[in-house]
Amino acid sequence: MSIESLRVQSWPGSYEPAAKPRVGFFTDTSVCIGCKACEVACKEWNRVPEDGLKFTGDSYDNTGGLGADTWRHVAFIEQQLPLGLDEGAPLVTQAARAELDTVPVHKDAGLRWLMSADVCKHCTEAACLDVCPTGSLFRTEYGTVVVQEDICNGCGYCIPACPFGVLDQRKDDGRAWKCTLCYDRLKDDQEPACAKACPTDSIQFGELDELRHQADERLRVLKHGGVAEARLYGRDDQDGVGGFGAFFLLLDEPEVYGLPPDPRVCTRDLGETWKAAAAAAAVLVGTVLATFAGHRP
Amino acid sequence: MSATQTSPTHSYYGRAILKEPVWTWEIPAYFFTGGLAGASATLGLMADVTGNKPLARSAWTAALAGVSVSPVFLISDLGRPERFLNMLRVFKITSPMSVGSWILSAAGGAFTASFARVRLQRLTRIGAAGGALGGAVLGPALSTYTAVLVADTAIPAWHEARRQLPFVFAGSSMAAAGAAACILTPVANAGPARRVAVAGATLEGVASQVMERHLGTLGRPYHEEAAGRFSLAAKSLTVAGAAVITRFGRRRLGAATGGLLLLGGSMCERFAVYHAGIQSARDPQATVGPQRARTATATPANAPLTAG
Repeated sequence: MSIESLRVQSWPGSYEPAAKPRVGFFTDTSVCIGCKACEVACKEWNRVPEDGLKFTGDSYDNTGGLGADTWRHVAFIEQQLPLGLDEGAPLVTQAARAELDTVPVHKDAGLRWLMSADVCKHCTEAACLDVCPTGSLFRTEYGTVVVQEDICNGCGYCIPACPFGVLDQRKDDGRAWKCTLCYDRLKDDQEPACAKACPTDSIQFGELDELRHQADERLRVLKHGGVAEARLYGRDDQDGVGGFGAFFLLLDEPEVYGLPPDPRVCTRDLGETWKAAAAAAAVLVGTVLATFAGHRP
Repeated sequence: MSATQTSPTHSYYGRAILKEPVWTWEIPAYFFTGGLAGASATLGLMADVTGNKPLARSAWTAALAGVSVSPVFLISDLGRPERFLNMLRVFKITSPMSVGSWILSAAGGAFTASFARVRLQRLTRIGAAGGALGGAVLGPALSTYTAVLVADTAIPAWHEARRQLPFVFAGSSMAAAGAAACILTPVANAGPARRVAVAGATLEGVASQVMERHLGTLGRPYHEEAAGRFSLAAKSLTVAGAAVITRFGRRRLGAATGGLLLLGGSMCERFAVYHAGIQSARDPQATVGPQRARTATATPANAPLTAG
């Protein structure tokens, strides 16, 4: 069975001519200030229920991660790094450096604070959508991936299928929930609530092609400014999920942010898995046949 | 540029990247009952064809029992059981669960018809067709598709075992079907059942060893916590059951004891696989490790799409 035939190619094909340009997020974590306005705006607009008021002790992150009741999650990572004043620190401006020269500092005891607003990636090849047995998960005319909650029967298959651990089951109602990229707002030509609320434009919403160009330009500027560790995550449509609809600019390895470094959609291997199952089924039939050999009455 | 070199951690506070499956005990229980039913159908068909009526009757009884209790497990696991029929509103080739729900539905009909023919002398023509289709196609499919279902996820201990798991499940299904038939059939007629039981136990044992070896460090869950306990129980019960069937299977008590041991071993095997997946999902290193190995060898994550 060909791999191509096992993939849902529902956008834009099935929407012609009603298909809209594919939209998404570019989350530029280099300007995230960790205000969590995106988390709050998402909860309010989408009426996502409260999911525990707890203290984790993990920097300023008391949310923990994405889940059924968290569709934007701001990660906080504290890293002790040498300031690197002598070698031209990427994160300290010339002006600040001049000022630091006049005061005593421990040059090896710098602190870097990374913040990043995580969200559903709205994959080009979405495992959650492919494995959903009811058709509850579908691709919208904007190329985004949405759960239809009136169809979802809570089978839970999408949850371990997601290579990012985005989806989860809402305990009191049994169904799977995740970011809809504010499908309702898109239909009214409004940007999603998180992007609207972001005060620094760390979360940028737009047509995916444009966002990719903006991200390339932003990466160029940062690299030129000496931020060598900046990298785009999920921008490449040749990656293991065919590119993200919501991609990121990160300042460290993806796993530091709790993201998989090289995710690969499981359904790409479905053909060979079915072949193995067919072989196993043939062995089963052959073995049972063999046990009757020579015992025909 | 020292920034990334001194990164203190390569996970986010040790948290899992993947979400654990929310599936409850009913799912591995269904893997067991579905497997038992499927392989029993194949055994029943062959017994029927070769004129071994007592064996055909008991095998089709086991097949009907297994296929009847399966949907109960599946539906009670759903987050919204009242919407279970949504599963049958579409047929999605990309979803092993969708394919499987149709396999199970069809098997339910076919096995019932065959049971009616073999045991009640009703529905003789439909029953013969159901028996042939059920034993030759639907039964083997029902016994193995559940391996595809769990392998088609992001969970490393399942996904990376995708080529071995169907054989583990096929062996486990045969062991269970042979065992059930040994218990239900007069020993004089149970020769093929004994051989199916022992052959299934052997396949289950060999395939699970090959799987664990192939998984390498990703197979660690099979030696730890719940999965480790179920895995050890599965191996012990299966070996003991196969030995008892081989040595004492021609006696009533021996057949019953060996059969029960093998049924327990088959069920524990499914629970071992189930728990291994949960434990694998919890471990961020299991997710990151193979991906880093992939990027290190500079193999693009997407093998050429056009090759399909």
